[in-house]
Amino acid sequence: MSVLVWVEVVEGEVSEVSQETLTFARGLGEELHAVVVGSVDELVEPLGQFGVSTIHQVDDSDAAFAAYAPGAWSAAVLAASRACDTSVVLAPGSPRGNELMAHVAARADVLMAANAVNVESREPLLVSRQVFGGTAFEVMSLSEDLAVLSVAGHACSAEPADEPASAQVQALEVSTTPADIAVQVARTEPGAPDESGSLKSAKVVIGAGRGVGSSDGFEELLEMTDLLHGSLGVSRVVTSLGWRPHHEQVGQTGSRISPDLYVPCGISGAIQHWAGCSSAKTILAINNDPDAPMVTRAHYAVIGDLHEIVPAINEEIRRRVAG
Amino acid sequence: MSDVLVCIKRVPDTGGEVSLDEDGMNIDIAHLGATVSPHEEAAIELAVQQAGATDGEVTVLSLGDDNAVEQLRDAVALGCTNAVLVEATPARFGPRDIALAIADVVRSHEEQGRSYDLILLGNDAADTGDFQVGVRLGYALERPVVTGISTVELRDGHVVATGDSPTGGNQVYEIALPAVVTVMEGGVEPRYPSIPGRMKAKRAKIETVEPEREPDGSGRVRLVLPPAPSSQVRVLGEGPEAAPAVADLLQELGVLR
Repeated sequence: MSVLVWVEVVEGEVSEVSQETLTFARGLGEELHAVVVGSVDELVEPLGQFGVSTIHQVDDSDAAFAAYAPGAWSAAVLAASRACDTSVVLAPGSPRGNELMAHVAARADVLMAANAVNVESREPLLVSRQVFGGTAFEVMSLSEDLAVLSVAGHACSAEPADEPASAQVQALEVSTTPADIAVQVARTEPGAPDESGSLKSAKVVIGAGRGVGSSDGFEELLEMTDLLHGSLGVSRVVTSLGWRPHHEQVGQTGSRISPDLYVPCGISGAIQHWAGCSSAKTILAINNDPDAPMVTRAHYAVIGDLHEIVPAINEEIRRRVAG
Repeated sequence: MSDVLVCIKRVPDTGGEVSLDEDGMNIDIAHLGATVSPHEEAAIELAVQQAGATDGEVTVLSLGDDNAVEQLRDAVALGCTNAVLVEATPARFGPRDIALAIADVVRSHEEQGRSYDLILLGNDAADTGDFQVGVRLGYALERPVVTGISTVELRDGHVVATGDSPTGGNQVYEIALPAVVTVMEGGVEPRYPSIPGRMKAKRAKIETVEPEREPDGSGRVRLVLPPAPSSQVRVLGEGPEAAPAVADLLQELGVLR
């Protein structure tokens, strides 16, 4: 028996959530296969380190695979699942991973578990997955013929295998139909500067919520962001009120961040926000309400008016950095 | 003229802590308000804009019990023209069941001469987070489907759909109509209902249909709540006097440079 992972390659590298998904899949204790669209020359070693024994490679010189097309790519995942006779297919719980698994499940007419966080039992296969924006978990039973799931970001940490495998590359032939490429990325346009990409990868994120008070109240927070070489992340209230652009939003429907340090200022900590920031290694909350959920869940807190506290911290940082 | 169908779901407003009902199969909604997800608010806005630009109509559909009429009327107040309730106990319906039930309504409307060029849904429901009803609907209707879209524009028999690219920036699709698109919030600012809109919503006729087939279910075995995190917060101080203690912490964490 084997398990198959669709590996998302971003700018030539195995994405972090894919590494986590490979680690998660290895936990099923079966031979680990990967399916990759495009060149794998640079991926054989890293995938081997995560325990992948076979890479099913799809040639992207074929027009159906030259740009992302969820229909064609899911046909490739299914072709790979037949080639390695697997009964479990996984993908990272990224937008494309979830999209592809939905296509695979629809084509195979089986259930799909989105954003799985744990395997509760192998036979029968029961997984738990995030529901209600991470407020609760659903234990779900999957098909024995073909279990299809995506793995939530940070469900486990990416760990290379104890004994790395030497991954074999197998060319995968995939036959596609015109319907498979009816949806294909036509072009990619640059986004607005300071897109949420930097927010998602930032080591320090300064958060801002309703407590900031108005669109004019961000100056000192932006200054702190600069002083700590971080990014600004905001709650949904802040974008709904139009104080800051949507790409700065952290939460269930915004970016999910995992910085070394998160400093939420004037954020009460609704579930929708917590879903996006709970992976921060250290949380320092600044809030005037000592009972706010963000404060009680934080590692550290300062209680009081952020408009008095943040300038004082900025001043102290400037003094120490200069000294 | 392009007619648009937008599908929404009544979900509990889980702003705070939640508890489970007796059998652990659902969260207890007795003390929670109801809403639709932000993705669906954006889908309604896009539907109203695009249909409006072509003098088309927007039909809003929800699968749910009687209570979902509230969300349907809210959508009518925002500019949807027609409303359809697929009357069912939503907990019995998995994503596949919901997609097939919507597809049955679409085909039945087509037979009555009401066809939809574009079907919009939220990218994922705020409660079950399945990420798949839209995709399954596309397959059920044999129409192209794309997910994670923040803006759409109808143009010469196509929809130009844009969403976030994994490498940063926007990925753009040009898809022949009819098509199914799932929407992420962020591309448009949902409007507020107008007073005439609210009046119209009160009077709006809700078309009620029964699902044509028995559901298979979602595979749910039970729900589990994570253990309540025990607060271990260390308060560094109150007010601006805490600044040196904060700077000490920043130095300890190695983020001062």
